[in-house]
Amino acid sequence: MTVMSYLGAIGAAQKEAMLADDRVVIIGEDVEANVYGTTGGAGKSRASEGDFLQQFGRNRIRNTPISEEVIVGAAVGAAMTGLRPIVDLSYSSFLYMAMDQFVNQAAKNRYMFGGQASVPVVFRSAMFYGLSTGAHHSDRPYPMFMNVPGLKIVTPAYPSDAKGLLRTAVDSDDPVLIFEACVLWGSKEEVDENEYKIPFGVGRSVRTGTDATVIAVSGAVPEAVAAADTLAKEGISVEVFDPRTLVPLDVEGILTAAAKTGRVVVADPAHRTCGAAAEISALVSEHVFDSLRAPVRRITTPDIQIPFSPALEKQLYPNRIAIADAVRASLGVIAPDAAGANGAAGNGGRGGSVATPGADREELATGSAR
Amino acid sequence: MLRIRRFDERASKMVKRGQIPGTVHTSIGQEAQVVGACMALGDSDYMSGNHRSHGHPIGKGAPLGPLMAELVGKSGGVCGGKGGSLHLADFAVGSLGESGIVGSSIPIAVGAGLSSKVLDNGRVSLAFFGDGAANQGCLYEGMNISGVWKLPVIFLCENNQYALSTPAHTVTSGVIADRAAGFGMPGVRVENGQDVLAVFDAVATAVQRARAGEGPSLVEVVTYRFNEHSEGLKLGVDYRDTDEKADWLAKDPIVLFRAVLIERGVATAEEMDALEADVLREVDEAFAFTNDSPYPDPSVAFDDLYTDSKFAVHTWNDQSTFGTLENVR
Ligand SMILES: Cc1ncc(C[n+]2csc(CCOP(=O)(O)OP(=O)(O)O)c2C)c(N)n1
Repeated sequence: MTVMSYLGAIGAAQKEAMLADDRVVIIGEDVEANVYGTTGGAGKSRASEGDFLQQFGRNRIRNTPISEEVIVGAAVGAAMTGLRPIVDLSYSSFLYMAMDQFVNQAAKNRYMFGGQASVPVVFRSAMFYGLSTGAHHSDRPYPMFMNVPGLKIVTPAYPSDAKGLLRTAVDSDDPVLIFEACVLWGSKEEVDENEYKIPFGVGRSVRTGTDATVIAVSGAVPEAVAAADTLAKEGISVEVFDPRTLVPLDVEGILTAAAKTGRVVVADPAHRTCGAAAEISALVSEHVFDSLRAPVRRITTPDIQIPFSPALEKQLYPNRIAIADAVRASLGVIAPDAAGANGAAGNGGRGGSVATPGADREELATGSAR
Repeated sequence: MLRIRRFDERASKMVKRGQIPGTVHTSIGQEAQVVGACMALGDSDYMSGNHRSHGHPIGKGAPLGPLMAELVGKSGGVCGGKGGSLHLADFAVGSLGESGIVGSSIPIAVGAGLSSKVLDNGRVSLAFFGDGAANQGCLYEGMNISGVWKLPVIFLCENNQYALSTPAHTVTSGVIADRAAGFGMPGVRVENGQDVLAVFDAVATAVQRARAGEGPSLVEVVTYRFNEHSEGLKLGVDYRDTDEKADWLAKDPIVLFRAVLIERGVATAEEMDALEADVLREVDEAFAFTNDSPYPDPSVAFDDLYTDSKFAVHTWNDQSTFGTLENVR
């Protein structure tokens, strides 16, 4: 076991996949220079040991023009004819540029050609939310793609999952979209440096508990764990379940975790309407309604475009405070320290507290801001 | 050319008789361009097509029965009834499928060119698209990336001069073939696109170049469709001039090539008649094959969405959503 960062684990999986199979190629903007940190050795420098370009050459590490539509479409065509491409689409907002190719080609080709086509291609993209990147670079678009039959959708929350799921994705004969949340990049975990693969459709029970269940997706998973820590101190025992892949979805795992406590909060950093949380909530309500002891609650990003100012943005995403509040609301208890200040619970899309703007203003006034 | 003509004529009839559901676009009048291009390709070469693509797999040698059965949605169809006229594909002859989204299959051919290059298997890839599709951005993204990577790709524009009812010159600035220059690749315009040999020559040059590792080419072929944009489409306006139509009808590629073959002593008129009869018989057989083929069982509707069919079943197994198979039938 080695301690790996989330990004390091992705790089390690890519290297393993490249070494294991000559048909694996990496395609994307700026992959040669390792700008996003997943096609290099230990460091970001070209010269550093293990650099992908040095090791695999330009035939297999393919820097592309800024042409998302053809990058995606060509990867599909290449996958249909013998390669197993991994496509790095950097920011997930750029996936919209290639919607036609994702929806009309990647997702449909196998089906509409009656099984003649296999489309073994992996699309990776990062969700850069929470970094003041504004409306054009802060998307979390996986629910849109969950709505497209034929795609597999992966949302790893831990380095070990990022590595094992990416290996499985490369093995998949169907198109896979992996959404990596940049808020997770810095997280570290003990990861097996040997090859291993994590099957799709099998969730991760992150924590066991008996009073309430939080089903959390992507960047909301560590927030759910932090909320569970807080709640433990209040004597509330919380189960946290991460489905890890949204298509296929570990329905059984979700339902078991939900039925176990009967109080369910779904935390998902994507938009609320028709989102992953909506789908999970619906499944729980449809299948284990009789086990529920409180209404299912959703903590999501509200249906709003992402503003630039940190003061506006930070409050929007699901965080530990909002998740803990929702759990308490399920249990009908009030936070010990908040007699109403934070709006105790059930605040739907509201993420929670805003970073204290006063302090920032002081910094700006003294010229010590960046 | 004859196989395409008779196949599409039969398809057109079948539409009129209500035997084919959905929309059908024929290549009648454009056969020289289809066949000239396909003949320049080798058996293992790839191609992708558009909505007007019955002719492409036929040109590449695909058997007619499964193609026709697909038009009707029968289980013996080349896509098992999942594709229909707009999405014919026969991978066995390198046909990677057509696309109902105008222009959308161009990147697929680029990707096939990429795999040929990486795997170094010597295969060439050709994208068929219309003059209407020539105004889609993905063509230019595809030409650019193929140019920088020197991919063995041929961009073949079937300029039948209309995109549905819209004359090309009203929506297309400049000459399509000239656009190749901007991407550092040869662009040729075959003006006599009703001459199968002229098309063959132009595409064969592009294929040679691609196989030699010199990269992509753009070939624009000027042609004409004799039928309406799609079978059964009745537009209230005359967007095509009667004289223009008559001029082009006089340039029937099959009539022209028959004369060439006879004149050069390649075949006699009798031999050509016999060939026509053979082709008609082949189309009849395809029709019989189609008739004999059963409709697919409704349960296969969920097959092939994923390579592993268990991934497709979560809503399906949910009785509250679908009930039983019988309800869907
Ligand atoms: C992206 C897209 N836009 C519009 C249409 C509707 N449509 C179908 S065929 C067609 C005309 C296409 O013209 P062209 O590419 O020249 O091919 P042709 O039909 O002449 O062979 C149009 C507008 C479509 N199928 N896809």
